[in-house]
Amino acid sequence: MEPVLAVTIGILFAAAIYMMLRRSIVKLVIGLMLLSNAANLLIFVTAGLTRDAPPLVPQGMSVPAGAVADPLPQALVLTAIVISFGVLSFAVVLVHRAWEVVRTDDLDHLKETDT
Amino acid sequence: MNPAVTLPLLIPLLAGTLSLMAWRLPRLQRGLAVAGTGGLLLAGGWLLHRVWQEGIQVVQVGAWPAPFGISLVADLLGTLMVVITGLIGLAVALFSLATSGREHQAFGYFPLMHLLLAGVVGAFLTGDLFNLYVWFEVMLVASFALLILGGEKAQMEGAIKYVTLNLLSSVIFLVAVGLLYGKLGTLNMADVARRVAMLPGDGMVEALAMMFMVAFGIKAAAFPLFFWLPASYHTPPVAVSALFAGLLTKVGVYALFRMFTLIFPHNPGYTHEVLLWGAGLTMLSGVLGAAAQFEFRRILSFHIVSQIGYMLLGLALFTPLAVLGGLFYIVHHIIVKTNLFLISGIVHRLRGSYRLERLGGLYRQRPGLSVLFLVPALSLAGMPPLSGFFAKFIVIRAGLEAGAYGVTAIALLVGLLTLFSMVKIWAEVFWKACPQDVDTPAPAPVGRGELWLMMAPVVGLALCTLLLGLHAGPLYGLAEASAEELLDPERYIRAVLGSEGRGAP
Repeated sequence: MEPVLAVTIGILFAAAIYMMLRRSIVKLVIGLMLLSNAANLLIFVTAGLTRDAPPLVPQGMSVPAGAVADPLPQALVLTAIVISFGVLSFAVVLVHRAWEVVRTDDLDHLKETDT
Repeated sequence: MNPAVTLPLLIPLLAGTLSLMAWRLPRLQRGLAVAGTGGLLLAGGWLLHRVWQEGIQVVQVGAWPAPFGISLVADLLGTLMVVITGLIGLAVALFSLATSGREHQAFGYFPLMHLLLAGVVGAFLTGDLFNLYVWFEVMLVASFALLILGGEKAQMEGAIKYVTLNLLSSVIFLVAVGLLYGKLGTLNMADVARRVAMLPGDGMVEALAMMFMVAFGIKAAAFPLFFWLPASYHTPPVAVSALFAGLLTKVGVYALFRMFTLIFPHNPGYTHEVLLWGAGLTMLSGVLGAAAQFEFRRILSFHIVSQIGYMLLGLALFTPLAVLGGLFYIVHHIIVKTNLFLISGIVHRLRGSYRLERLGGLYRQRPGLSVLFLVPALSLAGMPPLSGFFAKFIVIRAGLEAGAYGVTAIALLVGLLTLFSMVKIWAEVFWKACPQDVDTPAPAPVGRGELWLMMAPVVGLALCTLLLGLHAGPLYGLAEASAEELLDPERYIRAVLGSEGRGAP
């Protein structure tokens, strides 16, 4: 399962970078979304995938019986998803507001602050 | 729980929450702004006293033992940064009382400022890599909102660049954290440091180190990753610019210092060599960029970039004297740069423009302000007896001792060009006669109380600059002890994990 996910992550990163290099601001935001999803998926698989073994400690014992999935990356990825959701919703609103003010979707027209 | 370590975190969080609850009570928000930042400064001072007396202070949050829970670690470097954060927070809060307009305050200027400070302090105090990411995001989200406060066209343009590149850097940071966890199975910095040292040298450690370097390099605005900074820092309200200029990039620099002394110090021939050339080019490109600018805040923004180079140079040379110099430089730079931005704000309030060709004649009209400008400006350029002289002197001397003559020559040249830039501002804004045929609308006359509120933080920070120059001993001692601590990571690891080394693989 890990190789499939690794390839998926790679494709997501490639697509994200392609979208971010386009001139349109909307495509830039789509690229950012793909980018953060790729990162989240990567964290999710870092500890490896374990089937059918929730990290629960049976009653009366102090350690789980047998090998279990590592719960930490799942906790991390939840945090990361929430953060990226918040930040991306900000980015979407920003792009909308920028369009209202600047009236362009082309990054090449946003050069006023560069010179 | 050790209250000394948690207080600097809780105070801005609490002040931010209370300001949010006082959404419709601007007077209360203004009071809270001063009380919160002042409290942060006091709490930072108390923490520094404790750390100086008793060594590294550690809090295991929720009483979970070290490699499993989140640790808050206050060593000398982190604590010193917390104190400076409090100082800058207080200065900017006072300044914003006078300058932040009703429309900014109505959209949560003060709550956002507190949350930004909370994020910065959290990043300085955390001992856990993922937690560091979370604090970075707290800081970034608050900074996004502050940056677009007011919603002008230039702000939107600047914000798109700022948001995109900072998100990119966060994702690189997150990916690096994920890969590090996959490799080591821990995120506690002390534990990571111990286990990285035991890894076989198969290139993976260097790859991870470079990912962290790129991620924090973007945040610190190092060459060639700094382009978001001069594109955005001159757009928001000036108090926000000053806060960003003082603190945000320095969080990136702090993270680089932490990572490359604690976790990746094992292969300096590779990582620190890259940093060294990065530092040299950062200095040079920043100062050359500034030379081509004719807008007050844009010149200052480019100088942030060039000064970041000196700090990185201190880290990259990696000798005790160089790290000491880098730390001294960070403290000096934060104070001076914030002060310069605040002065640009006063000039703008008096004359209604940031463009050099529209300004002039301020020396005749306000000699006091002109002298106040010269203190941080000459300090930035490295004139004795101001703080910048010692900062540059230590770094350059360390460079000569380490035999890095090329980069040291760049550092000296950049000092000269910095002086050129500062003299350019002095001549254009203060010295030359006021241009007659400008169409800038004359701003509203400045009230006495307003002027005092704007001047108080500027005078205070200028006094700090003078004090650090004339009486550099205490800060030198602090930076020396801190550099010693950084170059001996064992002390940090022992303080967090305990001497018996819990959580051994």
